Amino acid sequence: MSDASDITTAPATAPVVPDAAVQVSGVDKIFTGKKKATVTALESIDLTVAPGEFVSLIGPSGCGKSTLLRLIADLDTPSTGTVTVFGKTARQARIDQEYGIAFQQAGLLPWRTVTGNIELPLELHGVGGAARKARVSELLALVGLSDFAESYPDQLSGGMQQRVAIARALAESPRLLLMDEPFGALDEMTRERMQTELVRITGETGAAVVFVTHSIPEAVYLSNRVVVMSPRPGRIRDVLTVSLGTAQERTEELRENEAFFENVSKVRELLHGEAPVGIRGVETR
Amino acid sequence: MRSSAGIYRTVLAPVLLGLVALALWQLLVVAFDIKAFIVPGPIAIGTEFGANLSTVLQGALVTGGNALVGLVIGGVTGILFAIIAALVRVIDELSAAVVAAIAVVPIVALAPVLYTMFGAAAETGRQLVAAIAVFIPVYINTLRGLRQVRPVHRDLMRVYAASAWQTTRTVTVPGALPFIFTGLRIASSLAVISALIAEYFGGPIGGLGKSITSAASGSNYSLAWAYVLGAIIVGLVFYCVTLAIEKIATRHYSPNT
Ligand SMILES: Nc1ncnc2c1ncn2[C@@H]1O[C@H](COP(=O)(O)OP(=O)(O)OP(=O)(O)O)[C@@H](O)[C@H]1O
Ligand SMILES: [Mg+2]
Repeated sequence: MSDASDITTAPATAPVVPDAAVQVSGVDKIFTGKKKATVTALESIDLTVAPGEFVSLIGPSGCGKSTLLRLIADLDTPSTGTVTVFGKTARQARIDQEYGIAFQQAGLLPWRTVTGNIELPLELHGVGGAARKARVSELLALVGLSDFAESYPDQLSGGMQQRVAIARALAESPRLLLMDEPFGALDEMTRERMQTELVRITGETGAAVVFVTHSIPEAVYLSNRVVVMSPRPGRIRDVLTVSLGTAQERTEELRENEAFFENVSKVRELLHGEAPVGIRGVETR
Repeated sequence: MRSSAGIYRTVLAPVLLGLVALALWQLLVVAFDIKAFIVPGPIAIGTEFGANLSTVLQGALVTGGNALVGLVIGGVTGILFAIIAALVRVIDELSAAVVAAIAVVPIVALAPVLYTMFGAAAETGRQLVAAIAVFIPVYINTLRGLRQVRPVHRDLMRVYAASAWQTTRTVTVPGALPFIFTGLRIASSLAVISALIAEYFGGPIGGLGKSITSAASGSNYSLAWAYVLGAIIVGLVFYCVTLAIEKIATRHYSPNT
């Protein structure tokens, strides 16, 4: 009599984790281009993301970060291996709206106002007008765009557009957020503010996040774990567990903290290969 | 939004150029004593236009009315057919040849046949000629626009597990709007031209086309040209109104969102 209650949350490398937010097992992705030319974008990827966990993907351009995110989102299918989201196939999870996503581009609909863009998923899924209105004003306040509710995307800066896209991703309070360099277009100040906001939001909603970024400090500041990927074919080179405390403890001061810098240089070392970087915590970008 | 310098350049400059051209035209007609059946001077045309303003206006309403009915019918069916063709691949493939065939038919040539079909006293034949002429550019441009969905928008709709119809309604058709309007802008002029020319082939009197032919056959050349001027104005009005609607409807479209 093997009782189900015996099973505790399994470590990240276990083959089957029934309650994982995301489980990627043995995934390869090979693109076939023109004239049968193939590109191996991902090779033997294993990754488990626990519920409520914040995982960043970092790696050189073209190493397959976006591709991995698209596989989890069921916007593409793996060549081999499996992807499950909350124990379901990626496809079923997409149909059940288990995740919210923000792309590398904002991808707003230019003919809709900010409000119209944020309420798009709610509208498509049959949420009533009043409930939609309430939710949109909540989200607008969250991303600091309450004054721009009736503006059109072409009247917003790139950073503001990206914040609208984030609000849209959060609209249905998903248990899983997939974000592909959402802050890439933002200036340093807005970027740090959005990072703080994101930590707060995910702390409050308890959502798991898979977050693609090029910025080492960003990855360290936000994540529970940083997944470092190698250039093509994209593989997971290493996974760094960052223990900088809970969402509440991740304040602005953390950015000047010793432990923060230590983790930044660790990720940099992993990213650049073995050679350790001499002085730690000097370069923070 | 537009500066006064911009208004000068887009409105005032062409008007001035037009006036200079008219003056030159008048000068040439007088200087070389050009006969009215070749081309009358602008003053003679303008005088006839003023003297027959009410009949020109009535003719313009008849021809313009036919063109408008044709534009609406042809426009709506063109857009609807394009949406269906974009949704159902088989229809797209089947209709491609038909549309290519219709596109090369001189549509006004159908007018006499349509007059016998609907009776020579009705305007229906002319309206249908205009509608068919409008259908082609609207259909072709709309279909092209419907295929231009940005990949990020397609991904978004897939993420939301949106149905084909939801995707069409929220992303595909709004995204195609600039193309639809390009089609309609071309079609607006075609509608007027087709409705006008169709009148040359018979049917009830009252429109500008019939008036041009009867004035010309009565050797009343200045009057014929006054009706031509009326037709040009109708064409311009159609074009400008369509353009204005386009500018308003697509004012927020920019590729960088
Ligand atoms: N649809 C596709 N067809 C063919 N090759 C593709 C396709 N999508 C991605 N690739 C290839 O897969 C590799 C990984 O691309 P991906 O976009 O995932 O990189 P990335 O890590 O997100 O890069 P960046 O940081 O620049 O966004 C690249 O070499 C790319 O050329
Ligand atoms: Mg990418």
